Amino acid sequence: MSVYLDHAATTPMPAEIRDTYAQALARVGNPSSIHQAGQDARAHLESARAEIAGLLGLDPMELIFTSGGTESTNTWIKGRTFAMRQAGVDTPVWISTAAEHHATLDALQWLETHGLARTHWVDVDRWGVCDLGSLEAALDAYPAADIAGVTTLVGNNEVGSIQPVEDIAALAASRGVSVHLDAIQAFGHRELPLRQWGVHAVSLSAHKIGGPVGIGGLVVTRNAPAIEGLHHGGGQQLHRSGTLDAAGAVAFARAAQFAESTRVQREARLAELSVRLRDGLVATADGVHPSGHPTERLDHIVHVTVEGVEGDVLLYLLDAQGIRVSTGSACQAGVPEPSHVLLAMGFSEDAARGALRFSVGFETTEAEIDRVLEIFADVVSSAREAGMAGSAGSIGALAQ
Amino acid sequence: MKVLAAMSGGVDSAVAAARAVDEGHDVVGVHLALSRMPGTLRTGSRGCCTIEDSMDARRVAGQLGIPFYVWDFSDRFKADVVDNFIEEYREGRTPNPCLRCNEKIKFEAVLDRAMALGFDKVVTGHYAEVHIDDDGNPQLHRSAEWAKDQSYVLGVLTTEQVRHCYFPLGQTPSKDEVRAEADRRGFSVASKPDSHDICFIPDGDTQGFLDDKLGVEPGEIVDRDGAVVGSHEGTHRYTVGQRKGLQIGYPAEDGKPRYVLDIRPVSKEVVVGPKEALDTIELSGSRISFAGIDPVASGLSSGLYDAGVLVSCEPFGCEVQVRAHGDSYPATAWIDAGHLRVRVVDPISGVAPGQSAVLYVGTRVLGQVTIDHTVSADQESLSRA
Repeated sequence: MSVYLDHAATTPMPAEIRDTYAQALARVGNPSSIHQAGQDARAHLESARAEIAGLLGLDPMELIFTSGGTESTNTWIKGRTFAMRQAGVDTPVWISTAAEHHATLDALQWLETHGLARTHWVDVDRWGVCDLGSLEAALDAYPAADIAGVTTLVGNNEVGSIQPVEDIAALAASRGVSVHLDAIQAFGHRELPLRQWGVHAVSLSAHKIGGPVGIGGLVVTRNAPAIEGLHHGGGQQLHRSGTLDAAGAVAFARAAQFAESTRVQREARLAELSVRLRDGLVATADGVHPSGHPTERLDHIVHVTVEGVEGDVLLYLLDAQGIRVSTGSACQAGVPEPSHVLLAMGFSEDAARGALRFSVGFETTEAEIDRVLEIFADVVSSAREAGMAGSAGSIGALAQ
Repeated sequence: MKVLAAMSGGVDSAVAAARAVDEGHDVVGVHLALSRMPGTLRTGSRGCCTIEDSMDARRVAGQLGIPFYVWDFSDRFKADVVDNFIEEYREGRTPNPCLRCNEKIKFEAVLDRAMALGFDKVVTGHYAEVHIDDDGNPQLHRSAEWAKDQSYVLGVLTTEQVRHCYFPLGQTPSKDEVRAEADRRGFSVASKPDSHDICFIPDGDTQGFLDDKLGVEPGEIVDRDGAVVGSHEGTHRYTVGQRKGLQIGYPAEDGKPRYVLDIRPVSKEVVVGPKEALDTIELSGSRISFAGIDPVASGLSSGLYDAGVLVSCEPFGCEVQVRAHGDSYPATAWIDAGHLRVRVVDPISGVAPGQSAVLYVGTRVLGQVTIDHTVSADQESLSRA
């Protein structure tokens, strides 16, 4: 029995979306062509755009299609930086937290390395939630005209904590500073009242909600500050070039519509499954601690740290039994590193190494959760034994 | 059997894993991440733990249809191999980091973890063989192809480690055959160049690496009588047997070239002298391991044990090899008060403290000792430590 509990990494495409996608793929036509085949493709693309924008309460022109969440975030952060430099601000200041996704962290670090921008890192609390006092101090530390913007997750992709977006946006707005949200994990799971929040940019991805890999969205609202495009060669709203993926957009829209129409009922279900899993994991083995905010959290993510083990050993043992989970942290060439999110939350490197992220999906069953709980205690004790064997300073069992 | 195949991304370990699959074993592939900054090791094919290597290994595992994981042993690698390498040079010795990696990482950390995870054996692409004798004791032997034989770098394994090793390439007569097999199997690594150099010094500049870690520590170059003949910027820049780069301003009185004979980090002295003085007649050390049952249990000698450790034994005939691709030489070995001493029949050149002396009886690897001390043939009183 194979149990897929890594829906936060990617989630299966439901059959109806697969059908919609396949039908769209069968049509020929470059949306930028002038003839009728091109017009047909363009029509599909534009109605997909309108549909997704509509679900977010936006106008169609406020959504740009990208290749995915990472491109969206890079486009906003770098494009905004370049536009500010163009306008005469030599080193714009970004305000962000150390618990962001690597798409944000790495883009900010790249800008800093190249002397194009710098970042003021705001503290997070033990749940990975942005400290509003620290944010306010950051906003007050620079002239508003020098600040490129605030960029933050809506829901943390590792530990699942939800950020106080409304408060963050209000603080930024009071200083006339724009806000970018990485809503990749939250989209389709939480309500995103973007207009009400008054944010200017949002990164989205299709495959986290059952759409295809390779398409995402960047919201740039009508009143957002200017950004420069990163790739050139003709483009949508001047922000992004490249042949438009009409089929991907159609499938993305179908997935977004499906996610929204099932959201309330589905989230209740995911919350039930998550609680069953989290409580079970903590009860079944010693030294298992849930991480992330206890209540203000994404319902599909269960994150725990397990004392005295390496997360990758746990992952291996679970995988060998057919259970697919994640350590939650980024991989360099497949090398697990202690999660920067957990380190930012105050975990020690050792504690952070014992991290495991489970994420449930629409089709996850109680029986699957129970299967995990049935073997988890044994897996933890085997991992502890193996961890001792492989750790620095241990004396090899087979060495003389 | 349930086996763990260590897959470096090279052709040997790929074919070894493939053969284990063909034999019907339950195989899981693992690639060892040994550098915390794999991006810095991305230079060509010199190293053995680049991002490209990890992708190559993963691709082969995919073709074989086996699960594949990357295990992070970078902390242990740094502590046990890289830091040890630097320390050994600081102490004036010449370490072999590949041997140390086998000892501490591949066949200790990995093997122990594999055993704890329920594997029966670890499969690698080393050219060596494991035999089991009539009493069920494991023996490590040279590979069928002596030119590729890697038993020297496995000489540090313990009996129990040997027992849990499986080397599917041990009987393959040539590397060409392994490459041809990889090609037949459709592995993109079939013609991948062999790794060489030290993987954690990807630019090959060992001296620059050591300069960076150990800094400049000027000292004197002296002859065997203690007369100062030159100066140097740090003893770590020299290796016993080295001739080039001594920068001695004037020739020796006899007009012959001078070689590094000894390195004395405490007094920061580098001792030089004629080539003959490099000829070693005896070597010894106290860090001993046996890759199978010991010489007494093997019936080669008789001796005494203290708390299960062989602390002395009578001289017995064997052959000794002091570097990975060197020759082996007829010798007599014995253990005296916990020190393994090896006397060669004819003097051998270029033996440096820090190297491993691996003892063979026929094709069998008996064990090894890390050399602490050598005795020169022309002047037995000059001993180097």
